Amino acid sequence: MKDFKHIGTSTDKIDALSLATGQSMFVDDISFPNMLHVKFLYSSYAHAIIEDIDTTLAEKHPGVEMVLTYKNTSRVIHTTAGQGWPEPSPYDTYMFNKKMRYIGDRVAAVAAETEEIAREALKLIKVQYKVLPAVLDMEDAMKDGAPIIHDEPEIKGAYDIKHNLAAHILVKVGDVEKGFAESDVVVEDTFEVPYAQHCPIEPHVTITYLDEYGRIVIRTSTQVPFHVRRIVAQVLDIPVQKIRVIKPRIGGGFGVKQEIILEDVCAYITMKTGKPARALFTREEEFVSSRTRHQMKVNVKIGAKKDGIFNAIRMYVLSNTGAYGTHALTVASNAGSKTLPLYNKAPNVEYIADVVYTNLPIAGAYRGYGATQGYACLEQVVDEVAHKLELTPLEIRKKNHIKSGETSPIFRALGEGREGVTQYMQSCALDELIEKGAKEIGWFEKYGKKTRNGSKVRGIGMSIHMQGSGIPLVDMGAATLKMNEDASFNLMYGGTDLGTGLDTIVTQIVAETLGIKPEQVIVYAADTDLTPFDVGAYASSGTFISGGAVLRAAMKIREQIFEVAKEIFGEYDERDFVLEDGKVTSKKTGKSVTLSEIAYQTLYVKNQHQIAATGSMVSPYSPPPFAAHFVEIEVDEETGIITPIKYVTAVDCGTPLNPELVRGQIIGALVNGLSYALSEEYKFTDSGRMVSSNFMEYRIPSTRDIPEIVPIVVRTYEPTGPYGAKSVAEININGPIPAIGNALYDALGVRVHKVPYIPERVLEAIRSKK
Amino acid sequence: MKVCYSVNGKKKEFEIKAGEVLLDVLRRNGYFEVKGNCYMGTCGACTVLIDGLPYTSCTMLAAKVDGSEITTIKGIGTLQKPHPLQKAFVEKGAVQCGFCTPGIILVAYALLKNNPDPTDDDIKKMLDGNLCRCTGYVQQIEAVKLAAKMLKKGDE
Repeated sequence: MKDFKHIGTSTDKIDALSLATGQSMFVDDISFPNMLHVKFLYSSYAHAIIEDIDTTLAEKHPGVEMVLTYKNTSRVIHTTAGQGWPEPSPYDTYMFNKKMRYIGDRVAAVAAETEEIAREALKLIKVQYKVLPAVLDMEDAMKDGAPIIHDEPEIKGAYDIKHNLAAHILVKVGDVEKGFAESDVVVEDTFEVPYAQHCPIEPHVTITYLDEYGRIVIRTSTQVPFHVRRIVAQVLDIPVQKIRVIKPRIGGGFGVKQEIILEDVCAYITMKTGKPARALFTREEEFVSSRTRHQMKVNVKIGAKKDGIFNAIRMYVLSNTGAYGTHALTVASNAGSKTLPLYNKAPNVEYIADVVYTNLPIAGAYRGYGATQGYACLEQVVDEVAHKLELTPLEIRKKNHIKSGETSPIFRALGEGREGVTQYMQSCALDELIEKGAKEIGWFEKYGKKTRNGSKVRGIGMSIHMQGSGIPLVDMGAATLKMNEDASFNLMYGGTDLGTGLDTIVTQIVAETLGIKPEQVIVYAADTDLTPFDVGAYASSGTFISGGAVLRAAMKIREQIFEVAKEIFGEYDERDFVLEDGKVTSKKTGKSVTLSEIAYQTLYVKNQHQIAATGSMVSPYSPPPFAAHFVEIEVDEETGIITPIKYVTAVDCGTPLNPELVRGQIIGALVNGLSYALSEEYKFTDSGRMVSSNFMEYRIPSTRDIPEIVPIVVRTYEPTGPYGAKSVAEININGPIPAIGNALYDALGVRVHKVPYIPERVLEAIRSKK
Repeated sequence: MKVCYSVNGKKKEFEIKAGEVLLDVLRRNGYFEVKGNCYMGTCGACTVLIDGLPYTSCTMLAAKVDGSEITTIKGIGTLQKPHPLQKAFVEKGAVQCGFCTPGIILVAYALLKNNPDPTDDDIKKMLDGNLCRCTGYVQQIEAVKLAAKMLKKGDE
């Protein structure tokens, strides 16, 4: 293992003290004179056509500046998915439209002097709906004769609109039917994984205004500033150069802010009125009208030989993208591409996915991005195969999981909505993760023991996982560094820190590369005018792609510094030079010059120039981080309540660049996954209205819900990542559903096939077993 | 109507509207360090101290607390002179996006005033009303314990 100075140390998060003292500025922490406040009117029907809309009264209401509907806004078909261009999501959305596709679809917006006036004006809008039959069930949506949700002629990129199919995937390796026939055991099961919301504590919020040259500035809580700029330009039909997008501190994203929701409307209002415009979602709007996790029904069939080696795996995913197809294809791709390569011993693999439109809230990107849903089923079926073969869950996984030096044909066959890129594992500590995790949870003492205390039974379960690090040959990030007199460096980069600590990680990368201290790096990020391009924060790309770009920029700066040192020293071979502690020293001659002296010389004295460089990162590699999850639960047979007692996550993310930040990502994702497994639930009425749209009815965890959590980081070195790093942000949300499901089986011998594992379902499973 | 609060030690008059909640009055007057917008008291991000006790300002009628002392996160420490809780939150990695942080620190501040040596369970009970989606709480609980230690050593 290499020796680093700043890499691998827990440098304080650079914005933490500012945040903890209330200094930091989020989007909504500024206010402009004459700012308009934007409120939305939503469809009360799951499927309808607006026959007419009368906004006369609302427009006359004192304090109302403008009312926006399909009648007075541009009709540009697009996707709200903040993805790279050309977006793999279908173009099926307009800023405003006549056709309503779910309860919560945007009918109109009012821009007024105050929020109260805007809200009052909304009540004055008269809408005449023609109500259409709605389809709320995934299977019904695909049937012949089902109501067609996207019947407008402009739609582009959807697979089969007559059957409400936004996307369809079929990938075959070998021959699964033959594979099953030649297997000694074949096991098949289906699990349904529900809608969920990201619940950033700061909801979506956008403020737009004109700068002194009439350009539109969009200050927004986003994960994808550059995609916001491009898509708003598209929707408003104005050049990209007319728009500047700024991401200040943002209050969490988790995928839901990889989406253009408020930006186009605010920008349109500012463009038309010349006034600043502000839109801030309420919690209810965040639940109903922003984005959610794709509900999925996942079926996995595994055929194995007597010795436990898998011979065939088939996964079928039925995914619900809701009213619009944002991330429809790619989330479904990931449900297979981020799960199936884990079991690369099977020569026969088939992956099929149908992604359907329904008249329900819109799905989108959510931490885990389909892998969470895929693993919910796959990792329980793997346990079922083990039980049939009388192997332990540890044994079957050790026999079948991917190892260093190996690949899987799935990497190439199944990419992000298109063909992928072959990956060979260069770092993989799965065996060690399994061993260490098992030891920490007390696997060998506890597994199969079913310790009972009255009606309460203990059980333990485990699962293993992989994810990726950015999208290979798609994601690109760039960074610019420039040097100042005091050997401080301005770092301008497009990476988008959502609270994860990316802005801190990059200071460590620069410091390590240039032999300075992290605090000598002044970070400015995610501003489309002032920083180079970056696709944004998604697909676990932050450290690997944005961090990789910063490393490349810093390497170029290093070379430039050495060029100056050669001149000063009168030497020719930079291999003799050492760059550390703020100076360049020649090992050969002992000559030394400080970085500050180099800066003064180049800025003012001799051969004057700005030491500066831009680096870009795009990679054919997307090295997967790996994780092994272990949980001990207590389940009460009388109440059906599952209580996690202890949770162990053993994680291989390459070099943990900042161990404290890594721990934060691990625990944060894990706790989010725990409540996804146990309590978070979208409740709908029969007409498709989401009714659990607040934190009392939609339970996200609080301090009292968390078990003992033990994160274990096993350090490996990933040669393709910056200083050996892989990603870590998403992977740990994938474990709780299967690990708890397997623990429940260990305790009571039952499985709950519909997530979350709420008490009613657990009791039902116990009853049906009896 | 007009009310008078002492905010972070400074007395000020505020014009309020009928039925207005404290959160909106504070933010309208530039106290942007007070976050939150659930308006149900369920997320805790808008917590301020009213006469030393933590309340969700999104459910507190502005008129009801006329004459009170209100403390926001800026009232307990600054960037130059942070409170031990603020230092401990930084040191333990308990701040991710930081949107919930002011509310959580203020609740912890009230806890440590009454209970300088809290157990994990005390901390969990006290912070139960403050939601955080980033951290998973482990590091926040550690930070409160570290701050308690720092305060005992007199590191004000």
